Amino acid sequence: MKYDTNAPIYLQVVDAIKLDIINGKISPGEKLPSGRDLAVLYTINPNTSARVYTELEAQGICYTKRGMGTYATEDLKRIKACRDEMANETLNKFLVSLKQLGISKEEAIDMINQANDICIL
Amino acid sequence: MKLESINVTKKFPGKVAIENISMTLEPGHIYALLGPNGSGKTTWMKTVAGLIKATSGEVKFNDVAVNTDSRKKIAYMSTEPYFYDWMTVGDVGKYYQDFFDDFSMEKYDELLAGMNLDKKLKIKTLSSGMMAKLKIAVTMGRNADVYMLDEPLNGIDLIARDEVMRMVLTSASEDNIMIISSHLVEELEALVDRAIFIQDGHFAGMYDVEQLRVMESISLADKYREVYSGVREA
Repeated sequence: MKYDTNAPIYLQVVDAIKLDIINGKISPGEKLPSGRDLAVLYTINPNTSARVYTELEAQGICYTKRGMGTYATEDLKRIKACRDEMANETLNKFLVSLKQLGISKEEAIDMINQANDICIL
Repeated sequence: MKLESINVTKKFPGKVAIENISMTLEPGHIYALLGPNGSGKTTWMKTVAGLIKATSGEVKFNDVAVNTDSRKKIAYMSTEPYFYDWMTVGDVGKYYQDFFDDFSMEKYDELLAGMNLDKKLKIKTLSSGMMAKLKIAVTMGRNADVYMLDEPLNGIDLIARDEVMRMVLTSASEDNIMIISSHLVEELEALVDRAIFIQDGHFAGMYDVEQLRVMESISLADKYREVYSGVREA
């Protein structure tokens, strides 16, 4: 994974894991890698990977069973809410960028309607 | 466990290599040792490894001045190649096993397998990337408390770098100290959690890398620029 090195890396990995949970690459209740394996998987410092799980737990996206490891939440409502939160963040960034270009909300809606659907290869 | 550098100074005829370097390193962290070429990184590492003697000051490992005993707990990988041409990758392992009590052939084999390095390969046939991987595998094959890698990412391709970093992460634990010197700051951004800056032989600061991003929104590379050129990026 390529990181934006000016922004906290733990938050970038948190977002990557949330995305995997939202799009089903990680199933609800699935066991997540140990902190050590996560560090190797994402090539990040082990202290950063520990922080990733602390943050995901604080957000209710995963939970730890003592001595068993960390698991993705089974709470589908929480996953749905997480999707809405991430969509809102993306939307806000998008609106800020358009505002900087001097494009109004109405114009933006027109542009979205006229835009070709994104084709995912 | 702790590693202390107390006012460490090393003078060579006509040159002060390092001067009054004081800092304390703790287990559970991967440290980047940063600075331009010739700033004193290697001299400091060699002093810690007990390979050169400080002119003044001292290095203490667990409150005891470094000596031949501490060398058993401190693994150092130098930049210079130090194997014989006629050796095979397997021979290098045996050579280390004879030298170091904490060397584990099993761990060495695992590390080699993880990087597709064949034990039958002859040293003289190795590419620079393979040589770099071998040097790290044999260093990490030891069960040391402190690992010091001098420029492990130098002169190797992207794939070999990824493998080297994975090897470092596999061996890093809450109970050991990893120190990696490099002038390739960008490569170390995600790998290390603390960075030590050495400037003209002097200690020029130690930073928590993720904290720089959280508190100041700057990368390690930007901090490096700030320390060494005095310029803060816009």
